[in-house]
Amino acid sequence: MLRDITLGQYYPVDSFIHRLDPRTKLFGTMIFIISLFIADSWLSYGLATVFLVIAIGLSKVPVKFMLKGLKAVLVLLIISVSFNLFLTDGEVLFKFWIFKITREGIRVSLFMGMRLIFLIVGSSVMTLTTTPNALTDGLEKSLGFLKAVRIPVHEISMMMSIALRFIPILIEETDKIMKAQMARGADFESGNIIQKAKAMVPLLVPLFISAMRRATDLAMAMEARCYHGGDGRTKLKPLKYKREDILTYLYYLVYMSICIAVVFCF
Amino acid sequence: MGIVKATKLIFDYITRDEADNVEDVKRAINNLNIDITQGDFVAVLGHNGSGKSTFAKHLNGILLPTEGTVFISDLNTANDETLLDLRKMVGMVFQNPDNQIIGNVVEEDVAFGPENIGIPTDEMWKRVDAALEAVGMTAYRYKSPNKLSGGQKQRVAIAGIMAMKPKCIVLDEPTAMLDPNGRKEVIKTVLELNKKENITVILITHYMEEVIEADRVIVMDEGKIVMDGTPKEVFSHVEELKKLRLDVPSTTELAYELKQAGLKLPDGILTLDELVDNLLPILK
Repeated sequence: MLRDITLGQYYPVDSFIHRLDPRTKLFGTMIFIISLFIADSWLSYGLATVFLVIAIGLSKVPVKFMLKGLKAVLVLLIISVSFNLFLTDGEVLFKFWIFKITREGIRVSLFMGMRLIFLIVGSSVMTLTTTPNALTDGLEKSLGFLKAVRIPVHEISMMMSIALRFIPILIEETDKIMKAQMARGADFESGNIIQKAKAMVPLLVPLFISAMRRATDLAMAMEARCYHGGDGRTKLKPLKYKREDILTYLYYLVYMSICIAVVFCF
Repeated sequence: MGIVKATKLIFDYITRDEADNVEDVKRAINNLNIDITQGDFVAVLGHNGSGKSTFAKHLNGILLPTEGTVFISDLNTANDETLLDLRKMVGMVFQNPDNQIIGNVVEEDVAFGPENIGIPTDEMWKRVDAALEAVGMTAYRYKSPNKLSGGQKQRVAIAGIMAMKPKCIVLDEPTAMLDPNGRKEVIKTVLELNKKENITVILITHYMEEVIEADRVIVMDEGKIVMDGTPKEVFSHVEELKKLRLDVPSTTELAYELKQAGLKLPDGILTLDELVDNLLPILK
């Protein structure tokens, strides 16, 4: 059934990483990304590899799932690696026609490739171990300081979680409208891309109307239940740091200091 | 004094054109007076366009009167400052179960109301537990609302209201989109809350079977109250109800037809048992 689809890519097992506070995981991902961007030697990349392997190991998520995200960036990966490989100047190792491969080129393109792969896999560790809701909560809390510059953090996160709740409902509705129109002779399958896109218009219009109607209803229901923005709101499940989170932060600190030390000393 | 008191209530739906000129005025509620006692189970009947839903939306300040006043306990619904207190007191359940559930997990949805009014976390857990228990949905607390049936979703919506500890629940056609089983589930839950927790229930509906157990039935037509009384009193007037394009419960209808055919039956028979009890001596 369409309503059973899982949103995001959360992989439900119980692991050390799954139990961490979403804010800890968000911060960890950030640290990891920063460490990738300051890395400039084999040693730095080695460190990042160790960090990532430990995280994957602790998450208990099969590596296969981690690598899934790479498919989406494969083209980008190939392009950026080959550009770096062929267009970097330096000591020529190999040459044919207009292409030349240099020692520096190999080095730079390998680093570039690793950086991209690590970026994707690293953020997959977070999205695979955190439910979309926990992620929204974590973002709301850790970006709370933005309220000072009038960014409506609570409202944005409320919109995100409502969107998450309504995606399966709207998918089901799309399916219903599609079937109703197919029953009356609409054709969504044949034709080229442009014809297919045109066939979607009579599908999208009723879907939008119904989404608007739902939004009006929901707004009324929320108001009737005393919703009045984020002020004075309490939480059923407030985010709380546990001992594991504090240990993890210490671990981040150690990792980051070593990374910085490696960049400056070697 | 009753919990709900509407005096000379008038409400106009005003349609405006693009230049903000009044195009059309439709009077949805026309000079309505009502007083509802705390703890009563009140059913409001009426065909489409009779103004019953419009009336329901006045009870917690979603709509404000064009003329006249609505008081809940001693709060005027038109007073902006007490609007939150008013909504704490009067909970509302709507027709479409999908469009009133906010949380992604049942227990989180039940907590939405208490979260909004700033209940501390410990107290909130107690309320969520109690509310889920009261509607019999404790077993589903970790489920996603998308995986529940319509009746279960409405029960979750009722639990969400219960967690705010209201004095009065207004249900605006809560069963219109449900199958017969879901309908029974919801009505049973509402009845229990009314009896056990002494919560005033105002049930807007057009299913006659649901109003048999009410303490008071109000029939609306063209924005006015045309009948008001116990179910027995109201359903004694089968002819009048039919003129208002309303059905009567099938048992009442049967009794009415039998009476027309010459059997000596009393007016306003509501349940099958009642009919049997009255028929037996006649047939013997």
